[in-house]
Amino acid sequence: MPEKNQYPIEHRRATMKVTLFLLLLWFAASYGCAIFCRDWMDTNLPAVGHAPFGFWMAQQGSILSFVLILVTYAVWMNRLDVKYGYHVEEA
Amino acid sequence: MTQGSLNLIFIGLSFTLYIAIALRSRAASTQEYYTAGGGVSPFANGMATAADWMSAATFISMAGTVAISGYDASRFLMGWTGGFVLLTILMVPYLRKFNKATVPDFIGDRYYSKLARGVAVVCAIFICMTYIMGQMRGVGVVFSQLFGIGIPAGVLTGSAIVFVYAGLGGMKGITYTQVAQYCVMAFAYTIPAIFIAMALTGNVIPQLGLIGNYSVGDAAVPFLHKLNAINAELGFAEYTSGKLSTMNMFCITAALMCGTAGLPHVIVRFFTVKDVKAVRRSACWTLLFIAVVYLTAPTIGAFARVNLIEKLHGTAYHEAPSWFKEFEATGQMAWMDKNNDGRIQYYGPGKSASGSFSVFQGKGPIYPAYDAPESQRVGSHGERLLANKADPSNPNELYFGNDIMVMANPYMAGLPMWVIALLMAGCIAAALSTAAGLLLVLSTSISHDLMKKIIKPDLTDREEVAYARMASFAALVAAAYFGINPPSAFIAKTVAFAFGLAASSFFPTLLLGIFTTRINRAGGIAGMIAGIAFTSSYIIYFQFLGGTVEQLLFGITPEGIGFVGMLINFFVAFVVSACTEKTPASIAEMVDRIHVPTDAGAAKGHDFEI
Repeated sequence: MPEKNQYPIEHRRATMKVTLFLLLLWFAASYGCAIFCRDWMDTNLPAVGHAPFGFWMAQQGSILSFVLILVTYAVWMNRLDVKYGYHVEEA
Repeated sequence: MTQGSLNLIFIGLSFTLYIAIALRSRAASTQEYYTAGGGVSPFANGMATAADWMSAATFISMAGTVAISGYDASRFLMGWTGGFVLLTILMVPYLRKFNKATVPDFIGDRYYSKLARGVAVVCAIFICMTYIMGQMRGVGVVFSQLFGIGIPAGVLTGSAIVFVYAGLGGMKGITYTQVAQYCVMAFAYTIPAIFIAMALTGNVIPQLGLIGNYSVGDAAVPFLHKLNAINAELGFAEYTSGKLSTMNMFCITAALMCGTAGLPHVIVRFFTVKDVKAVRRSACWTLLFIAVVYLTAPTIGAFARVNLIEKLHGTAYHEAPSWFKEFEATGQMAWMDKNNDGRIQYYGPGKSASGSFSVFQGKGPIYPAYDAPESQRVGSHGERLLANKADPSNPNELYFGNDIMVMANPYMAGLPMWVIALLMAGCIAAALSTAAGLLLVLSTSISHDLMKKIIKPDLTDREEVAYARMASFAALVAAAYFGINPPSAFIAKTVAFAFGLAASSFFPTLLLGIFTTRINRAGGIAGMIAGIAFTSSYIIYFQFLGGTVEQLLFGITPEGIGFVGMLINFFVAFVVSACTEKTPASIAEMVDRIHVPTDAGAAKGHDFEI
């Protein structure tokens, strides 16, 4: 039974928003920058060091973005847990 | 001290460490055997998952693949890291909350069907078996090079060690050994990269060197421009441009990502932490630890390529560096003097009318027997001769395998002997850690999902663990057999198979199972079977039955077809579910429950000593 002050439906809805938003970033960082718009990025965006932007995203930038996405997910979801009454005390 | 004895000391030390850890943390109960009791810290699990994930092939050949195909190899770099984003935000928190020991467990319960569980078990066994064969072969090859024993003896030694701590120690033993193995791997991979970056670019951090200047010679030029210029001069495509079509690149990357998110041996690693919150944190650590290696791989590839070409192209054979002769002896490099000038030439497809650059005919180098007359074994310049016929259609004379970029790196950069010894230890750590994780999934699939849940439901837990140990022994025997007698053409091709299968079966079925209650038993099973049937028949047709390039669907190669298989799985699952009866209320309730983050219950249910 859900305890009082816990809101499972709201929690789930908020989680879906976070999930979809981060998936959008994930798609943009990998497929967007590094595959579909790669040529446009190479010519129109400033190079990273001496690497063309699209190439750099494909080999380095996307991986760094993935790490940041996961860190954002962990922090954000923990806040949602607290907000909707699912906070667990650290053992 | 010789290189050989230094290698022995490093590997001996690392083995002592693994065995000591395994003995200290061997499983004492069923929960510990399957999920390490659910009490592993997120940080330790992150390291263990990273070690589990990075196989011998990743460790040895990925940098070489990047070196050869440049931008095109980004599909592996992104595919094998981006999959963790999907895995973390769509899969593991919910599966952890579901709180069962294996992936087929979830599929069997969610689709309330033994058939669904059976299909999942078969997929899990196939995926793991494909992988573990390659790992055992890798261990065997490294051992035989190190100790001068035959490959069979090397494979058997490796199997025995894995059995001790995976078969006996269970998940708990594996987890803590993998932590140690990750540390060995990470140091072994990054230290040579740092040295070589300093030598070529004057930059301590390889990732900055890659985008910085090439500092050898008079004028500093941007490193990537230098690399593009070398490639163009020798007749290769520019390093930073790609050859694959955008469509194919997209499908392969997507298949690798979705496949990663559906690999059972990675998913179960997250069942070892305390709760959903710990899963999220652990996933961050995992990807960070993996990124350390994956961000270094493209730098090693690029640096090693420049180094290799500068050192070898146009060099007379008798002046070639001594390491070239060492790798010639092991068959990893070869030289065929096609124009009889005594110099090594390395040219790409742009330098011949036929667009080829293979040195010889046939797939790999073949050597004359050891008792053949010397004139057949040693050439006029002292080089090792091949039994293959030369390929006369192009001027390229230098052959090297993908693994050269990592293995020869310390030699090319003139690094101290202990770095080479460390690299050997790292290589074995990569193979052993992956083999152990796979072995556990194989054995639990057989003992838990097949024996307990399908064949003999009245099995006691004690018998179940006994079966798990027997199964891991049997799986190892099979893996060792294939390691000794590799269906070599088969292994290379089955990587596409393993990921395609995971992407078209586990990933969509788990995803739909977690996020919608609309998919029922019939839909889930039909989707899985349709996805697998399409993907495997496409791969078998093009890999084994000789399908031609013109017949490819939208130009998608077998590597990327798992993505299409996944779409088919989704489509069939929705259509069939719409035509059949609704999911029972009890299952819908269960799905709602896994979305609530708390109460994952670490050691819920019965747990007993074994």
